[in-house]
Amino acid sequence: MGRRSRKPLPEINSGSMADIAFLLLIFFLVTTTMDQEYGLPRELPRKVEEKIPPPPVKERNVLLVYVNRNNELLVNNEYGDVKTLKERVKNFIPNRTNRSDWPEKDAPEEYGEDGFTFVFQKSKGIVALQNDRLTTYKTYIEVQDVLTQAFNELRNELAKAKYGKSYDELSELAAKGQTDDIQEEANTQMHAIQKAIPMAISEAEPIKSK
Amino acid sequence: MSKFRKKGGSGDAPGINTASLPDIVFMLLFFFMVATRMREVTLQVKVTKPGATQSVKIASEDRNKIISVYVGQPTKAQLYGTAPRMQLNDVIADVKDVGPFVLEEMNRLPEADRKKAFVSIKADEEVSTGIITDIKEALRDVDALKIQYGTRKTAVLY
Repeated sequence: MGRRSRKPLPEINSGSMADIAFLLLIFFLVTTTMDQEYGLPRELPRKVEEKIPPPPVKERNVLLVYVNRNNELLVNNEYGDVKTLKERVKNFIPNRTNRSDWPEKDAPEEYGEDGFTFVFQKSKGIVALQNDRLTTYKTYIEVQDVLTQAFNELRNELAKAKYGKSYDELSELAAKGQTDDIQEEANTQMHAIQKAIPMAISEAEPIKSK
Repeated sequence: MSKFRKKGGSGDAPGINTASLPDIVFMLLFFFMVATRMREVTLQVKVTKPGATQSVKIASEDRNKIISVYVGQPTKAQLYGTAPRMQLNDVIADVKDVGPFVLEEMNRLPEADRKKAFVSIKADEEVSTGIITDIKEALRDVDALKIQYGTRKTAVLY
């Protein structure tokens, strides 16, 4: 026992340590990705038996957006443009001037809970998005994006008016608020806004190309 | 000039000490191990996602609830042709395979996550919408109603 400890241990040669580390590093560089995932969330309509007729929707409540195979827009049977579509939807859905050809509104109802309530008339308006089978996906997403933007801006306005914070700020708070109470509060307010202005985009089946 | 030269020193430059090199490389390695995640599939179709300003970021805890369907032009044109096809996991497939695939992936998830699972349609921006519609119909058939259009986050549209 004594004989061994008297001699100093030879040092392990660590010259190749760098090579091993580089090898691992390169392996991880190749097999992993850093890209974030983004998307536009949507809910598809449930498939129903064809015997059941769909609930009747009044014509004034629907804004029909049709994208044809040349990626041109038809909004309620008139030529439309993606650039003006957002304003069109933002005016159409809330129908602030109570036009007779724009959507009806529900009776005033109370939204929200836990002391964060407000009274609001929910719009019955729906945006129906129809596309040709040959519409480019890029254009289709562009239109979807504009519609989402319109609804998000409406939500922002309502949230600002009722809670003093925009909808985006609320969702930020709900996810990363400093305390649980703040998160809870923002969450309640967010749900109230969501209920008052649902993302009413209907993706109908495309019209068959002839 | 000669006054700068060390006395008795040979002309060779001294070797750089590389003892801390492994430390530096390990640091880089740990950074990449933490900041990145494994690639799930090797793409066999060309996918350039369309840009959208309203894109929502998928939280990292929801990553495992994504069921991805890739759509685009196959990179191996001799094998699969040039028409847009879809890729499910690592195979090129048809619309009729989407339903069974999604159900199978759903079953693989833990029960608590199944309700929150969603199908992400990651399609190339150049494909026509017809194939997307077919996928959506197939998804409605199997009652997988939560979907996402995979997009890129862009700052301004116009």
